[in-house]
Amino acid sequence: MTALDATGTVRHIRHRLATRRRTVTLALLVLLALTFAAALYLGDYYVPPGEVLRSLLSPITGLTDRGVDFIVLNVRLPRATLAVLTGISFALSGIIFQTLLRNPLASPDIIGISHGASASAVFCIIILGFSGILVSLGALVGAIVTALVIYALSWRGGVTAYRVVLIGIGMAAMMASVMSYLFTRARLFEVQKALGWLVGSLNASNSGDIIGLAIALALLLPVTVLLVRTLDAMQLGDDTATALGARVEAVRLGLMLVAVAYAAFATAAVGPVTFVAFVAGPIARNLLSGAGKGFVQAALVGALVMLGSDLVAQHALPAVQLPVGVVTGIFGAGFLLWLLVVSNRAGKVN
Amino acid sequence: MPDTPAGVVRTRGAALALGLLCLAVALLLVAFFSITVGARPITLETVWTALTAFDPDSTDHRIIWDLRLPRTAIGLAVGAALGLSGAVLQGATRNPLADPSILGIHSGAAVFVVLGVAVFGITQLSAYVWLAFIGAGVAMLVVYAVASLGREGATPIKLALAGAAMTAAMQSVTNAILLTSPRTLDEIRFWQVGSLVGRDMEIFIQVAPFLAVGIVLALATGRMLDGLSMGEDVARSLGQNVGRSRAIAGLAAVILAGGATAAAGPIAFVGLTVPHVARAMTGPNYRWILPYSMLLAPILLLGADVIGRVIAPPGEVQVGIVTAFLGAPFFIALVRRRKLASL
Repeated sequence: MTALDATGTVRHIRHRLATRRRTVTLALLVLLALTFAAALYLGDYYVPPGEVLRSLLSPITGLTDRGVDFIVLNVRLPRATLAVLTGISFALSGIIFQTLLRNPLASPDIIGISHGASASAVFCIIILGFSGILVSLGALVGAIVTALVIYALSWRGGVTAYRVVLIGIGMAAMMASVMSYLFTRARLFEVQKALGWLVGSLNASNSGDIIGLAIALALLLPVTVLLVRTLDAMQLGDDTATALGARVEAVRLGLMLVAVAYAAFATAAVGPVTFVAFVAGPIARNLLSGAGKGFVQAALVGALVMLGSDLVAQHALPAVQLPVGVVTGIFGAGFLLWLLVVSNRAGKVN
Repeated sequence: MPDTPAGVVRTRGAALALGLLCLAVALLLVAFFSITVGARPITLETVWTALTAFDPDSTDHRIIWDLRLPRTAIGLAVGAALGLSGAVLQGATRNPLADPSILGIHSGAAVFVVLGVAVFGITQLSAYVWLAFIGAGVAMLVVYAVASLGREGATPIKLALAGAAMTAAMQSVTNAILLTSPRTLDEIRFWQVGSLVGRDMEIFIQVAPFLAVGIVLALATGRMLDGLSMGEDVARSLGQNVGRSRAIAGLAAVILAGGATAAAGPIAFVGLTVPHVARAMTGPNYRWILPYSMLLAPILLLGADVIGRVIAPPGEVQVGIVTAFLGAPFFIALVRRRKLASL
């Protein structure tokens, strides 16, 4: 092969990968848009598609209809928006951890971050008798404190991925045992209440949650983009990266904090909805099959899993409204298993 | 180690064998405590006469034979099974996070037990055993089948992802049932912690044959796991059948973890962390990691059980809670102190 041929081949492969990336991203966007439209249209109270559109435009056009507007703008739109925002947050948290720790199993719901949030929330519910916003705050504090403890314990002149993973599972086990203990010592109705929070739901979606999460995302997303650009250097492995000096350590810490923040804010808003953080990255990488790191696509997958799961949870069984967290596990798992069966490559996470 | 003198290897082997002997002694000691220590103080003398000259009219003798002996036997068997299955799974998938709970074995057992309670109103522990066992087997079969499809067969990464996906799916089903059935939640929240209490010899006799087969099978995988740990290509070039090795390891793990979960409920943490402790002691050689895990895990489990009996009188703390709560800080300290052999 001559040099000229080689450049041609490289260019051809690059072009093919870029095309694939664009196709996947576009397909996910279209799916997400359709699911979002379905979320506004579906429900017990029938609103024709034209009416949904009019209602959405009413703040601009001034054409109002109070009954319909309430259903569309105050019930369905906030719920769908919160689903998308939390889906993005969980997904980014998951893929950052999986990438940093170079292990597809190392998402916040496995290495203790979610456990910290949950144990703290269950403690607030069962021991302190809190509810509502106080439980959310408890979860937020629990996630952040757990993450800091894991990081501090993993520090020995630097942090290796392997040590973070092991210490994370140790912390996860402790937090889980705290929860189990509280569950065996509490009264049944308190356990039910705690379980309801643990499964996670969008039922209590209010504008406060949405605005809070939107602000958090507006701050975190640009930081994430900046930090992810330096990830490439780290992908070479710890030892090579260490040669680049302390800046890498700082970037890694920054990314960890960002990932924790995503998980913590989303968990505070809707509870530790299972599997969204875990599944988004592997699904995105399977779809891309090597055509990119998949952060953007993972965020779209996360939003899609969350929103799609909520639609299934609300409308799949007549007369039963399941919380979204019951469905994300099944929905996300089905998605991932199907991909594993049909894909030619393993969804490598590094 | 090509240029190591044979003598060094021999002394290292001798040191590891000695370590194994020490662990065996420690295990005997813990088993001794498990029979002699409890909420009801029974003198050593009485324990001895209970074991040698059983008197069915003596309450103390009955406690030894009906409560503490079965509890000790189940603790030993379940502990060994959990430690071995964790080590085998980590070796077969080359993932430090692999353990029975992440590969769907625990959640498979749990979902069957929960269905049994919710749908059929089953409340006897002896029925839980079979439900849990079948659930664990079904879950692992599905995980393995899904991971085997596709072009490359059951690669470690596909096994891990398929296991996690199955776990999430079954956890969701379990939660859906628990949310809609308070009676089931009340029944299950005690089983789900994992405990050695209230199991009689009957249950031990039911699961013992499975565990025995599983232990033999798992101990035989040492050489295969050493091959796999060098990477698939190296293993293949050494003439190893990688797919078959993984299948045998998976089978051993599911028999062990399924039997353990059936007997004592889904005890987390032990299978996940004990192999790492063993690895820190032995280095990366699975022919040593496996027996070390097999002895270390019951030491942890029985030790935690004994502590749980006396830590919060008058009640007891379930063993699953004590293992995590006392084991985790120890494990974290160990991870911090040692330079760990990666997988």
